Amino acid sequence: MSSNKRYWKSVEELDENSSIVETLKQNEFVEEIPTDEFLGDKETLESSNTTRRDFLKYVGFSTAAATLAACEGPVKKSIPYVVQPKSIVPGVANYYATTIANGYDFANVLVKTREGRPIKIGSNKMASSNGHANARVNASVLDLYDSLRVQGPKKKNGERIEDVSWSSFDAEVNQKLTDLKNSDKEIVLLTQTFASPSTSKLISEFKEKYGNVRHVVYDAISESAALDAYQNIYGERGLANYDFSKAGTIVSVGADFLSNWQGGGFDSGYSQGRVPDHGKMSRHIQFESNMSLTGANADKRVPMTPSQQRTALAKLYSYVMGGSVSGDLPKHIDDAVRSAAQELQKAGSNGVLVTGIDDVNAQTIALQINKSIGSKAFDASTPIKTRQGSDAAVAKLVADMKSGTIGALIMSGVNPMYTLSNSSDFAEGLEKTELSISFSMKADETAILANYIAAAPHYLESWGDVELQKGHFGLMQPTIRPLFDTRQFQEALLQWTGNPLSYTDYIKNTWNSDILNGGSFNQALHDGVFVGGSSASTDTSADSVIDALIGEEALSSDVGNAARALATSVKPSNGLELTLYSKVGMGDGQQANNPWLQEFPDPITKVTWDNYIAVSKADAEAMGVVNENVANGALNGSYVNVTVGNTTIENVPVIIQPGQAKGSVAMALGYGRTAGLKEELQTGSNAFTLYQDFNTVQNVSLSEPFGLHEFACTQLHNTLMGRGDIIVETSLEVFNTKDKHYWNPMPEVSKDHQEIPVTSPDADLWESFDRSVGHHFNLSIDLNACTGCGACVIACHSENNVPVVGKEEIRKSRDMHWLRIDRYYSSQESFAGDNEEKENIDGLGLGNQLFGDGQGDGTVPTLRRMEDPSENPQVAFQPIMCQHCNHAPCETVCPVAATSHGRQGQNHMAYNRCVGTRYCANNCPYKVRRFNWFLYSENDEFDYYMNDDLGRMVLNPDVVVRSRGVMEKCSMCIQMTQKTILDAKREGREIKDGEFQTACSAACSNGAMVFGDINDKKSKVAHLHEDERMYHLLESVGTKPNVMYHTKVRNTKEA
Amino acid sequence: MKQVIYRNLSSRFLLLGLIALLSFSSNHILAQDADPVAGKALFRANCASCHKLDGPMTGPALRNVEARLAEDEGLDRAWIYAWVRNSAGMIKSGDAYANKTFKEYNETPMTPMPQLEDADIDNILAYTAELPPPPPEKTEIEENGGSSDNGASNKLILCALALLFALLAAGLYLVNRTLRRFANEKGIALASDDEEKRMPLWKAFVQNQFLVLVTAIFLLLASGYFAYGWMMQVGVDQGYQPYQPIHFSHKIHAGDNKIDCKYCHSSARVSKTSGIPSLNVCMNCHKSISEYSGDVTLEYDKEFYDSEIQELYKAAGWNAAEQKYSGEPSAVKWIRVHNLPDFVYFNHSQHVTVAGVECQTCHGPVEEMEIVYQYAPLTMGWCINCHRETNVDIKDNAYYTKIHEELSKKYGVDQLTVAQMGGLECGKCHY
Repeated sequence: MSSNKRYWKSVEELDENSSIVETLKQNEFVEEIPTDEFLGDKETLESSNTTRRDFLKYVGFSTAAATLAACEGPVKKSIPYVVQPKSIVPGVANYYATTIANGYDFANVLVKTREGRPIKIGSNKMASSNGHANARVNASVLDLYDSLRVQGPKKKNGERIEDVSWSSFDAEVNQKLTDLKNSDKEIVLLTQTFASPSTSKLISEFKEKYGNVRHVVYDAISESAALDAYQNIYGERGLANYDFSKAGTIVSVGADFLSNWQGGGFDSGYSQGRVPDHGKMSRHIQFESNMSLTGANADKRVPMTPSQQRTALAKLYSYVMGGSVSGDLPKHIDDAVRSAAQELQKAGSNGVLVTGIDDVNAQTIALQINKSIGSKAFDASTPIKTRQGSDAAVAKLVADMKSGTIGALIMSGVNPMYTLSNSSDFAEGLEKTELSISFSMKADETAILANYIAAAPHYLESWGDVELQKGHFGLMQPTIRPLFDTRQFQEALLQWTGNPLSYTDYIKNTWNSDILNGGSFNQALHDGVFVGGSSASTDTSADSVIDALIGEEALSSDVGNAARALATSVKPSNGLELTLYSKVGMGDGQQANNPWLQEFPDPITKVTWDNYIAVSKADAEAMGVVNENVANGALNGSYVNVTVGNTTIENVPVIIQPGQAKGSVAMALGYGRTAGLKEELQTGSNAFTLYQDFNTVQNVSLSEPFGLHEFACTQLHNTLMGRGDIIVETSLEVFNTKDKHYWNPMPEVSKDHQEIPVTSPDADLWESFDRSVGHHFNLSIDLNACTGCGACVIACHSENNVPVVGKEEIRKSRDMHWLRIDRYYSSQESFAGDNEEKENIDGLGLGNQLFGDGQGDGTVPTLRRMEDPSENPQVAFQPIMCQHCNHAPCETVCPVAATSHGRQGQNHMAYNRCVGTRYCANNCPYKVRRFNWFLYSENDEFDYYMNDDLGRMVLNPDVVVRSRGVMEKCSMCIQMTQKTILDAKREGREIKDGEFQTACSAACSNGAMVFGDINDKKSKVAHLHEDERMYHLLESVGTKPNVMYHTKVRNTKEA
Repeated sequence: MKQVIYRNLSSRFLLLGLIALLSFSSNHILAQDADPVAGKALFRANCASCHKLDGPMTGPALRNVEARLAEDEGLDRAWIYAWVRNSAGMIKSGDAYANKTFKEYNETPMTPMPQLEDADIDNILAYTAELPPPPPEKTEIEENGGSSDNGASNKLILCALALLFALLAAGLYLVNRTLRRFANEKGIALASDDEEKRMPLWKAFVQNQFLVLVTAIFLLLASGYFAYGWMMQVGVDQGYQPYQPIHFSHKIHAGDNKIDCKYCHSSARVSKTSGIPSLNVCMNCHKSISEYSGDVTLEYDKEFYDSEIQELYKAAGWNAAEQKYSGEPSAVKWIRVHNLPDFVYFNHSQHVTVAGVECQTCHGPVEEMEIVYQYAPLTMGWCINCHRETNVDIKDNAYYTKIHEELSKKYGVDQLTVAQMGGLECGKCHY
């Protein structure tokens, strides 16, 4: 039976007269394939010498040759030293103590070098001052190997910048300086804060020689107000020091003292006071506008606009010290201020008040309140010297430059064209200056405009000395021979003053005569720190502390005036108030070409590769700003134009920030660099243009939102949804009064209708391996001590060769961080509220969860509502790395046994065995496994540090660089534990507690991370393991992790 | 080859003996009672660290020093006595030649040797007055022509054999032809006609399916076996023996001169790498050893070794004539023989210092290698095997005391192997 059905492939076929069908009968394609277009025209084809046959021959030959060549292994060359330095043994690391002093970060550090290359920065445990290696300092080693560094002195010739030699540089500059000496024009040294006794001495010698010299110290992010306040009271330019470990009650009005406030480095003392000890811990009340790291750690956080902060501080003063000030505050804020004042009074000398308000009066009040309550945490006798800048001096300099009275401008460690809000004025002045020299590591925004770029060395290549705090010194020594033809500013000063000494000898002389008091220079150099000695001092007149001279009476009236002045300085503002702040990752922007820092997630927003304007939810809704997640989860946000005065920054993306005070917005400084950076690292927009009159608070107006910006966030879900077992937390009251089982319960499962703890062997699918013999490593993380600063994240990067993947990949959630810090917001007022809400969901009413349950406004379903953070949420940080489960789910699913467990508790990952099925990552309950979607080293697509020979010098030779297609994850720094074991074996001794470290535990100056061997019953980590606060992440899963957490205790009770 | 060496050696010894005899008699007249043999021993013990017979070192060359001093400077043996015992004193006293020599040799003072008797110095002088050894063996080889003779005779025998076989073949052919002629003449039919009707062997084979099957299976298995074997050796460079930019003979250094491996590869004791010695380590000895004086072979003669030492001098920037580092040093690009992939962490100090493993266990008889080759396969299986079989060396190591006691009790053994200590865990080597 034949059928008449006609099968057709396209409707076209049904058209009998279709020319297309006709053509297709003859040809493969309807239209002729335009071969001519890609083969070129006939003429060139014919004139070409390469015929098709030749071409095929070449292809064939080269394929064959390549195949043959591939059969042979590559010949590897080894080049030994001609004369091996005594201190270097190939394969063994050397450590040098030195000090970073880049104008923004000052810290005593310990540098690990391998075969003469610095590869890692760590804290110097001998340091007594509060400069610890934070995330930026940890990352600073990568700046040394920046491929865009200026490699030699350069001269600007018209529009072009040409290489010159140092000798011709010297000749020309010397000539010019001598000419200027005899003219009436000034020579100005515009420098960062060096806080260096030797440099100060050198500068004064330079002044002596040339006469008409002015030295202007310029801090990009100014602490001028605080410096002035301190100077007014104590007669010395410095910043009061605080030791928060001695404080029982901490009240902060707008001071982000856990990140960069007044030079930073206060977090380690703070953390010590936060760990409950004998039922006591500090209480921290924070008044602030934007959600800062400090506010996130506070027990009580009161959001308020910057102008309200001024009133609040004045009121606080009046409540504590008496007297009255004008000004109104909303009721809830006023109550909060009043109760804070009461707590402060009650705490007496255990209390401390700090403020970040950029105002001399505000800073004076803070100093005086601390003084009058006799705060133990307040230390005015050893002021911090790492900020010296004066706003007035900088402003005057710019004016003088414009008027043409400046003959020469010699800059070091500053980038005013980027960091000045009136940079156009500066540029104008620079043109009128006869000689301008910029000592810089980069051809940055300022250097490219200067007559000369004097290539400066990195601090790891330099000599130097720093007075971090009065009487606390640090020495800077080179850890590598200068990579390029560079010269440091101080060497140039020596050269200009005709001093034949090297800077090394100069420092030695200064120290021997002024600082060491007969101590050994070599010992000081070895330690990197020296405490004691006289302050040789730095740029100010070293008057003795005059606080004794100021009587209490006189004082309080002075401060009373200050408080009144502060209160009246509040101008009613109708619009939004902008707070300019600096991020933990980017600081003042001088490290903007550092991909580690660009990819470092902001501790609060978890955004990488960007700055943005943070807006409160209420304001966002009013403006119509949206933040939305796209299909793959990535975050998009509206753009706005930000206007302050006459300056507008266009296309600033907006983040809706929980906890941001209504009526205030915030934007980070340090982004938007354009010169001396790789294109991909030119991120964000430059908020320094809004930093007018060096004031971090500005009145701002935002345009209508438009467009959508693509953010790259590492965390896309912000709340815990009431899952209290992820971050176990309780209040100090409960912690002190109730049993452990109440506030840190062990999850239970039912067996034979009996509840048994999930850790019981009866509840276990697995047979346990006996780990009682040998080492058993555990990492303890105390959520009370962790401030979320992220130093561990960068330390992990540099120790473990973790690649940088770039913004696009982060957006696809392909970040490679082995260690991440999860930040959670509560969706109620507190996490406890979340837990309650989850518990109270009607068990029967799945509909309630999905379709609204009459709670809240009755329309939004509970679960949906719980996804949104509250207006002023509680915040919790939780560092998460591979938990090294003893019963690891990842190990059982690996088809090739590439991941397996070691006796010592570490979950091993054999990269060479991995075939990249990613089953393990899917089966990991903690989501800590990272997959190499691409080859991130030596790949032009990922042009970060691993793509050039210079950048690869930072790689740790003991850890393999992973290739494409393999899984990787935290190894619990097995290279470090193995090294510790080997050292002990070689020396034939047992291992002492504290010897075992991981990169993160070593980097944690807050003491939140403790690593060690729990089989050593005397070890610190073994004690922590038995601690009542100890819990494991997702204990109920039964994975038996070797990473433990300690319950977060909040001191929420109003005193 | 051995025979050749012996032949050369014996003739060389003969010649040397003859020369020694001759020089002995002549010296006897010069140095009266002095004993050049005792002198040689004294020279080695006291002088050789700074003086050579021919050519300058830290101090001047000493060949015929007495005669030269007498002729050129008019200095007698008494001067030499005084100089040897207290050169500094002589320089101080303002002796002209003493000062001149002192300046010439970078003002390096000569160690005073007051312990040397006159007779001792006489003996040394007698030794220095000996004639230099005859020029290298090249001439001897020419004279004997031993090796070339031998080669020729081999060829001759081969030629003779070939000729013999050719003759035999020709003879057989002739016999065959003769027999056929006889057969033809006698009318005997030859069997060859039947053969064509028989089935050829290969056809029979093809038709037998069982045989084909068995053969096919056999071939498949065999090719599988060989393919597996071939593939398993991909990336295994056992026997890799590259030529190095400077011919450094481990045989001479570690074998003949018995220098401890860790003298040069000192970082093997403390580091993950054994370390290629830097050139200053070579120069510790080679400052005073500018010529090779040991055994030679045909391929590597004295001249060859000496030129390689010169290569070292060139790289180190050492000027042997002036005894100074005056040249431009340049790094030597050695070729790595033992290459482990990046994803393996191997630590020499763990094996050498902690476990006390002999270098030869993995590197083979390096002391016999003229050119070093990769002795071990360096595969993971090879590592693992050793870890399974080797006991942990716990002697006098406080680190192991507790862990070994507990673990051995657990496993019920006296001695734990590396594997039982956790030496097979992936993460111990791969991270």
